[in-house]
Amino acid sequence: MNVNLTRAFKHSLVACAALTAAGAWAQAGQPVKIGLLATLEGPFAAGGADGMRGAELAVKQRGGEVAGRKIEIIKASSDAKPDVAVNATRKLVEQDKVDIMVGPLSGGEGIAVKDYSKTQPQVTFINGASGAQATTLESPSPNFFRFNTEGAQWMVGLGQAALDKGYKRVMVIAEDYAFPYSQVQGFMAEYCGKGGKVPVKAWVPLGGKDYASTIARIPKDVDALLVVLGGADAVNFLTQYENAGGDKPMLGGSITVSQDVLNYRGKRRDSLVGTLSAGPVADSYDGAEWKAFVADYQKNYPVSAGGFPSPSLFAYVYYVNMKAALDGLDAVKGDLSGGQAKYREALATMTLKTPTGNVKLDGNRQAVGSTFVTEVVKDGKGELTTKVAKKVDNIDQMLGMKKEDFKMGTRDVPACP
Amino acid sequence: MNGRPAASPIPRARGAATPASANAPPVAGERASAWPTLRLRHGVVLLAALLLPFVASPFITFQVAAQSLVLGLIALSLTFLGGYGGMVSLAQMTVAGIAGYAVAVLGTSSSAAISLGWPWWVAVPFALAIAVAAAALIGWLSVRTEGIYTIMITLAIGVAFYYLVLQNYTVFNGFQGLRELRPPTVFGVNWRDPLPFYFLCLACALAGYGLVKWVVRAPFGIALQGIRDNPRRMAALGYHVVAHRVAAYALAGLLAAVGGVLMAWYNGLMTPGSVGTGWLINILVIAVLGGMRHPIGAFVGAVLFVLLQTFAIDVIDRERFNLVIGGVFLLIVLCSPDGLLGLWAWLRARLGPRRAQTSPTTRRQA
Repeated sequence: MNVNLTRAFKHSLVACAALTAAGAWAQAGQPVKIGLLATLEGPFAAGGADGMRGAELAVKQRGGEVAGRKIEIIKASSDAKPDVAVNATRKLVEQDKVDIMVGPLSGGEGIAVKDYSKTQPQVTFINGASGAQATTLESPSPNFFRFNTEGAQWMVGLGQAALDKGYKRVMVIAEDYAFPYSQVQGFMAEYCGKGGKVPVKAWVPLGGKDYASTIARIPKDVDALLVVLGGADAVNFLTQYENAGGDKPMLGGSITVSQDVLNYRGKRRDSLVGTLSAGPVADSYDGAEWKAFVADYQKNYPVSAGGFPSPSLFAYVYYVNMKAALDGLDAVKGDLSGGQAKYREALATMTLKTPTGNVKLDGNRQAVGSTFVTEVVKDGKGELTTKVAKKVDNIDQMLGMKKEDFKMGTRDVPACP
Repeated sequence: MNGRPAASPIPRARGAATPASANAPPVAGERASAWPTLRLRHGVVLLAALLLPFVASPFITFQVAAQSLVLGLIALSLTFLGGYGGMVSLAQMTVAGIAGYAVAVLGTSSSAAISLGWPWWVAVPFALAIAVAAAALIGWLSVRTEGIYTIMITLAIGVAFYYLVLQNYTVFNGFQGLRELRPPTVFGVNWRDPLPFYFLCLACALAGYGLVKWVVRAPFGIALQGIRDNPRRMAALGYHVVAHRVAAYALAGLLAAVGGVLMAWYNGLMTPGSVGTGWLINILVIAVLGGMRHPIGAFVGAVLFVLLQTFAIDVIDRERFNLVIGGVFLLIVLCSPDGLLGLWAWLRARLGPRRAQTSPTTRRQA
């Protein structure tokens, strides 16, 4: 029986040799290899697939070529778990030898991949859609860039909008990991500062299916619920809250009211109308570049081919980050030599033109950009979509606070019961 | 030590006490005469394992080979329990996770508020001890059950531990877990580098393999197999059935715990995802894929499992690659209930009947 193992080893030796040879050949050729990681499994599978579409769109817009070098995309999948994301990234970096890495999608993954990027200084890592603050705030990695604003920045403006609607007390229902901590902080920093109260925070596990105990904890005297759940979780919560007869108005996190949730087909769907949320995208933003981007997305990924009626947050954020990767490559004429030093310099200093306005990086290689406060409305065709209530520009990672006053969001920070 | 070792975990269908008693004398003789019945193929496998990291890329060494050895070691604990003890426990990954979390909590991690910062030579033995104690406790709870009920109770324990680490923030740091776990730098060697880490895993895996091979021929292992085949008769002979089974859990726990510490260092982090239901089942999948008839099956299964997990996405793009993984697993289990080892035995019986007939004689001579 041990011979079996011998064989397995022999085969793997042959396979290794073949793979090494293939790798060497590709290095000698001209294409730039870009690794693309998103969640094609787990709770964000739908969002991950749309993220891939967004990234592909950015490559398509350049005809699959930058400065005469072909762009070769190598994809990998994770399931929103940090260890899976690092394994998938390691395969792209060490096995497929990518030059540039774009991904991952979710918050916990982003922190783990940032940690890993420190061990691979020869590769430039650009974020996918992960939005945890800690990724760029806490021991940032010199070769990890994030051209999207993160979870807390995405919620700026929502606190004021909630108070304007007359919501004095709000209960928070959010997933229990880094990204929602950031989202809740972004909301509460403003909301609490202006006199709002958050008596209860319910942290639920990511990928949880049963929200009965959470729904039972909703106090009678709150005016609204802030729901920061993503993808399948949001749909599960909506269904169960509807079945339990819930009728509180909602405030949504940035990925709660994304396209993949607006496509939800339950009865509660109509009660989503009027929901306030905030985030880096708004379907009905009327900027010319945004409209062009949406039209391009719809042309390439029509609903009949599995696309969403309008690009989701994930598609947009992956698009922005991939566009940054390609624009940077264009700026240095495809020159990745010298440990990619010139390329990184170009990324760090460039002003990226995105469909929602210009983005620049701060000292931690984190984007400073715009956020939209939006309201869900029904359009002529009966599709739910979001309407822009307000656009806030130039939001940095400190949310306008002084550096010494700023504390990173956790389960207990900030608090205003 | 050939295809059918005297003390091999014979499927129960082969009957109760008769084969065991028929096989007992050669075992004793063999143990006395030549304990390390090393053969050519052992040498070849060992040589291949030693040379692999010098031929393969660091990626293959670290992510494929080292990960296979770590998972193989954890699956080996299940092979030992299931194959030789007749107890299928789904909580082996939980035991490994307890060891991994213990290293993270007692040693150093990015969460300074939680980790105690003990040096590795204190933290690791404590972690192993905690995990072995936990394994013995799990065993003590579950040995009173049989068959599917053992699976149920160990699954329940595993899921309970998953939710504990998911929702506890004071010790386990919840969903985010504990990050930046590093193997120590000893003798000037950074054990996190692919080459040293691979050899560390290889040494642990070889030690675990050797331990299992030795134990199943020692009086304890023989008694355990007797208990597997007929607990009532063994009880009548004066053996303490429960004590033997609990001891088997503890021993398997030690194997899983070593694997768990290595896994924590391999991933560099411990999160609830590492001990979730998916992984509890994956360990069973690895053990069954390889075959539970022989300890090497755990490692064969792990190699196949890791290769598929890593490279299936290259075979079929996008969302469908899990289909390939599932399809291959299904195919193997359908074709051969004994996993890859069963497939190999079947092939050998088909293609080389003469060799199979002569091999017992040569073994006696050795």
